[in-house]
Amino acid sequence: MAAEATTEAGSTPYLVIQNLTKKFGAFTALADISLDVFEREFVCFLGPSGCGKTTLLRAIAGLDIQTTGSINQAGRDISALPPAERDFGIVFQSYALFPNLTVNKNVAYGLENRKLPAAQIKSRVEELLALVGLTDQGIKYPAQLSGGQQQRVALARALAISPGLLLLDEPLSALDAKVRGHLRREIKDLQERLRVTTIMVTHDQEEALTMADRIVVMDQGVIEQIGTPKEIYGAPATAFVADFIGTMNFVPGTVEEGGTVKVGNVKLKCNTGGNAAGADITFAIRPEDINAIDFETGENVVDVEVTFMEFLGSFCRVNLGGDALGGQDLRADFSINLMRRKSMEVGSVLPVYFPPEFIRVYARS
Amino acid sequence: MSQTAVAIAAPAVVKPKVGRDDWIMRLCMAGIGVFLAVAVLLPLYTMLSKSLENKDGDFIGLANYAEYFNTPALFLSGINSLYISVICTVIVLGTAFVYGYALTRTDMPFKWFFRLVAVVPLLTPSLLSGISLVYWFGRQGVARELLLGESIYGPIGIIIGSSYWVFPHALMIVITALSITDARLYEAATALRTSAVKTFFTVTLPGCKYGLISAGFVVFILVFTDFGVPKVIGGNFNMLATDIYKQVIGQQNFQMGAVVSVILLVPAVIAFSVDRIVQRKQVALLSARAVPYQPKPNRKLDMAMLAFCSFVALLILLMIGMAQYAALITFWPYNLELTLGNYDFDLANGGGWDSFFNSVRMSLYTALFGTIIIFFGAYLVEKGRGFVAGRSTFHAIAMLPLAVPGMVLGLSYIFFFNNPANPFNFIYGTMVILVVATVAHFYTVSHLTAVTALKQMDAEFESVSASLKTPFYRTFFVVTVPVCLPAILDVSMYLFLNAMTTVSAVVFIYSTETTLASVAVLNMDDQGELPFAAAMAMTIAYTCAAARILHMLLSRGITRSTQAWRTR
Amino acid sequence: MKIPSVLGRIAKLVLAGTAGLAFSTSALLAATTLTVYTAIEADDLKAYAAEFNKQYPDIEIKWVRDSTGIVTAKLLAEKENPQADIVWGLAATSLMLLKAEGMTQAYMPKGGDKLDKKFIDSENPPHWTGMDAWVACICVNTIEAEKLGLPMPTGWEDLTKPVYKGHVVMPNPNSSGTGFLDVSSWLQMFGEEGGWKFMDALHENIAWYTHSGSKPCRQAGAGETPIGISFAYRGAKVKSKGAPIEIVMPKEGAGWDMEATAIIKGTKNLEAAQKLVDFSVSKEANMMYNGVYAVVAYPGIAQPVENYPENIGELMMDNDFQFAADNRKRILKEWQRRYDSKSLPKS
Repeated sequence: MAAEATTEAGSTPYLVIQNLTKKFGAFTALADISLDVFEREFVCFLGPSGCGKTTLLRAIAGLDIQTTGSINQAGRDISALPPAERDFGIVFQSYALFPNLTVNKNVAYGLENRKLPAAQIKSRVEELLALVGLTDQGIKYPAQLSGGQQQRVALARALAISPGLLLLDEPLSALDAKVRGHLRREIKDLQERLRVTTIMVTHDQEEALTMADRIVVMDQGVIEQIGTPKEIYGAPATAFVADFIGTMNFVPGTVEEGGTVKVGNVKLKCNTGGNAAGADITFAIRPEDINAIDFETGENVVDVEVTFMEFLGSFCRVNLGGDALGGQDLRADFSINLMRRKSMEVGSVLPVYFPPEFIRVYARS
Repeated sequence: MSQTAVAIAAPAVVKPKVGRDDWIMRLCMAGIGVFLAVAVLLPLYTMLSKSLENKDGDFIGLANYAEYFNTPALFLSGINSLYISVICTVIVLGTAFVYGYALTRTDMPFKWFFRLVAVVPLLTPSLLSGISLVYWFGRQGVARELLLGESIYGPIGIIIGSSYWVFPHALMIVITALSITDARLYEAATALRTSAVKTFFTVTLPGCKYGLISAGFVVFILVFTDFGVPKVIGGNFNMLATDIYKQVIGQQNFQMGAVVSVILLVPAVIAFSVDRIVQRKQVALLSARAVPYQPKPNRKLDMAMLAFCSFVALLILLMIGMAQYAALITFWPYNLELTLGNYDFDLANGGGWDSFFNSVRMSLYTALFGTIIIFFGAYLVEKGRGFVAGRSTFHAIAMLPLAVPGMVLGLSYIFFFNNPANPFNFIYGTMVILVVATVAHFYTVSHLTAVTALKQMDAEFESVSASLKTPFYRTFFVVTVPVCLPAILDVSMYLFLNAMTTVSAVVFIYSTETTLASVAVLNMDDQGELPFAAAMAMTIAYTCAAARILHMLLSRGITRSTQAWRTR
Repeated sequence: MKIPSVLGRIAKLVLAGTAGLAFSTSALLAATTLTVYTAIEADDLKAYAAEFNKQYPDIEIKWVRDSTGIVTAKLLAEKENPQADIVWGLAATSLMLLKAEGMTQAYMPKGGDKLDKKFIDSENPPHWTGMDAWVACICVNTIEAEKLGLPMPTGWEDLTKPVYKGHVVMPNPNSSGTGFLDVSSWLQMFGEEGGWKFMDALHENIAWYTHSGSKPCRQAGAGETPIGISFAYRGAKVKSKGAPIEIVMPKEGAGWDMEATAIIKGTKNLEAAQKLVDFSVSKEANMMYNGVYAVVAYPGIAQPVENYPENIGELMMDNDFQFAADNRKRILKEWQRRYDSKSLPKS
């Protein structure tokens, strides 16, 4: 388990999920999911509660086997196998530590079943506890540890059997914000050192963005987008993804000829996302992408009026309105620095630039 | 067994491979399922079919039922049973509510004492109250004048005696119901300046109404199906449960016994079903995050409650106290010298000391094997993976015994097991059949206790251990059992106490090799050997009390030795 | 009180418990074990078995004792698969019922010819042999009767007098063998019509019906009732215990039944069972019965029994057991129709 410098995920698919569907009676929890997870990759399933992310994780673990579809792990078809015949370690939100066993016993639990010599088990447990930073805590019971420590024990227990796949089901949700941030980095670090393929379920976008190599955004049983955090944030494939991750302005508009869209009373150049001229679309841009400084005059520059300002410490959230936008407000984040330089206040009118590469256009039905 | 059912791109439904664990679990569940089928379902089925047969075993449809309804004496018993059960329900529910209210919602002193006294009736067979009443209010009773010339032998005796022994059953439910009300509601009521009386009717009563309804049904079923009290103190007042006894024992009319059993079964099943529906609503109320209520001192109310509870406690103590006194009297009422002679059970008809030791053995076996079967069954229902149909069916069958009166179960055992063609025939007349009957009779409550304890455990233990490639039974023994030990002890205690005191479930199926103390009480009374009966009933009470104390010490020991990891 | 034996049993129990919870603490068994169903009073059982084992030490008796009704019910319930080898000490009417069901094994015991003809099945070989008579009587509590100003009854008719209203207790014939022999004797003595008429009148005076035949006399002994219709054996025993009772033999004649013996058909221990029947009709056995019963099957040996009424033999009616057995069902049904629907007891 030597931790090499590389953090790059491998290029061979380790886990191949094809056409997975899970039905609970008449309710479809997962609809035709296909997904490849590469070796050494850290993948997050992200979505609102009830989107099917946990169901997908449990299908991968064999805890709730899918209705149709297949799962291959390391070239082996595991679609119908019970959990015990699969190769994974799992950590739950509730930690699920055995309360009557000490930390040592909890970590050793999966090892003892393999009839290893006691000395070997002992040294492996010590190694794992050192790995999660709990050396000397081994003789305590779970109830005597803090939530963060308990989750580390759960992690050590899951890793003890050197699983090919590590599954994390909302592992940080039960912890308070500070511990959560700390443990987030630790888990990511550990994953990179051990190079274990990991899937984590979360509803927390920040968690997903900071930890994942790739994010699978899910909603209502289907995958909305798969991509790196940058792709997901910068180029959300659907309005749902755009809305769910980060903040996004949504304004109705129509596609015009020549790669422009009409929003309010202005035409803006952008990638129309394959929507034909005349189509009703939703125009979207992130608040931080509305540019109020270094731009040329001309294309995509619009005069707007500041209608509302909210001071948020290092930056200001500003509502931009005015005739050009047809009376609709767009939200923009401007740094305090900029605000000062432009001596911006409610009522001031100023030109802003909508960079075409940051404008997203989604079909409106 | 299919190796791997592969579903490729085509939407073929994935057939999960049944792993080793699953096979073992299903086998175990099938095993316990067979136990429940043999111990409950098949005997009841045999009894139902028996009620549709004539003496020679030919099918005659509903003719037996027609005969039943045309026999005024038998029909009247049904009316009597209903009448007594309704009156007892009203009395016991009212008393238990006030008593429970005092224990949970007032600042009355000596609560511990009143809690303790209230469970005393659980330690004795229901017959004890009947015996005690004879000494209090019989023709030679010390307080017979209180009845103003009315006879204790009949409805008055049945009502007093039944109320005595079902009181703790109702009280426990009422206390639970009163304990879960949300204190915030009372704060709101106070803030709105609602009067105490209005608060009582708008907050307290609605808050525990499901508990009260449930307690009402429990009292109704217990009284309706009890056989001990009416047998001892009923005089000529016939009830359905005593009719079964008379039909079977007196007239050897098994068909009519089966008919009366079915008729006894119907209201019990109805009451039980309604109760289950009501209790489901209660659970929803429980899961709300309530703030526990802290009663504040209110001198007037507290003193009134103290007076009331003292009165009830006094009645309970007078009841058991008289039984103890009677057990020590040489020859009531002509020779009041104290003696231990009534404990020389070998000289009494109905069962000697042997029957007492049989009872202890039977109760130990019931506690041991019953706890194993019931807890493991509950584990499979609650923590098993997949096989949903099997698990829910199993759970449904486990709920059934609560609705089946003991006498009905016992009679159905004669029909089912005493048939040479039955492969289980060999247990007839042995200790095994008594243990099986008792486990079956008290299955439901134990099952629910175990399920509740299991529900409180993290739902993912089984998933984790599967991911660690650990067989489920290892986790069961290493984690589940130690964590649930207090509940397991509770179940075994419950089974032990009930096995010691039950009469109805075993009165038809004991043999002379396996006479039981509780049945001996019945038979001694039957023979008019009241002092022996009182002494035997008290011997049962001492044993149960000792078992309770032992249980308490064990529970405390466990709590102490596991406090390092038990968070509660 | 036999404390040592109790302690011994506790020790045995603990041992059995620790020894792996075996389901039966099997004792050392004699060569043959006979399962004997009986309704003989518990306090006599040990003496009977001991007497029998003096002659047949290699046959162990395994008693299955209960009241007459229960033993009969048990035997009938087990008809398909009898558990008993032999019945020793059950009402002859019950044995006739078993005989009618084809459950008994005919056997002429050695010395059976010496018995009083009344005490043996008329069929040859007989299906049952009698032991002793079990005679109805009236137990009167003298103290309570005096308190209430009740005259001493002399016969059945007396009990229908209004003065006894609410002061008479009798066994329910539906559950008690004694109760049934009373009813059947009244129907035989007073005729079908007269019998029911008598019972109608008696019913007016009955305080309550009991489940067992012993209970009325025990209740009379304890003063729960001044008058209990019971049987002489119980009366004598209660009186010996110090109860202030007088045992009245009704002047019209007393119904009676006998305790009798029969082999259950299909027993695997036929030979041992036959030995037991041989013993049960022997002179020694009858002398043993005479220890508690005044009238026994073996003629000419009966000695008076303490507290038994002296005139008991003369007042035993001429009982037609066949009538009783044949009409049992009809009589009980009629009795139940007439009296059992009475819901409230008279105070």
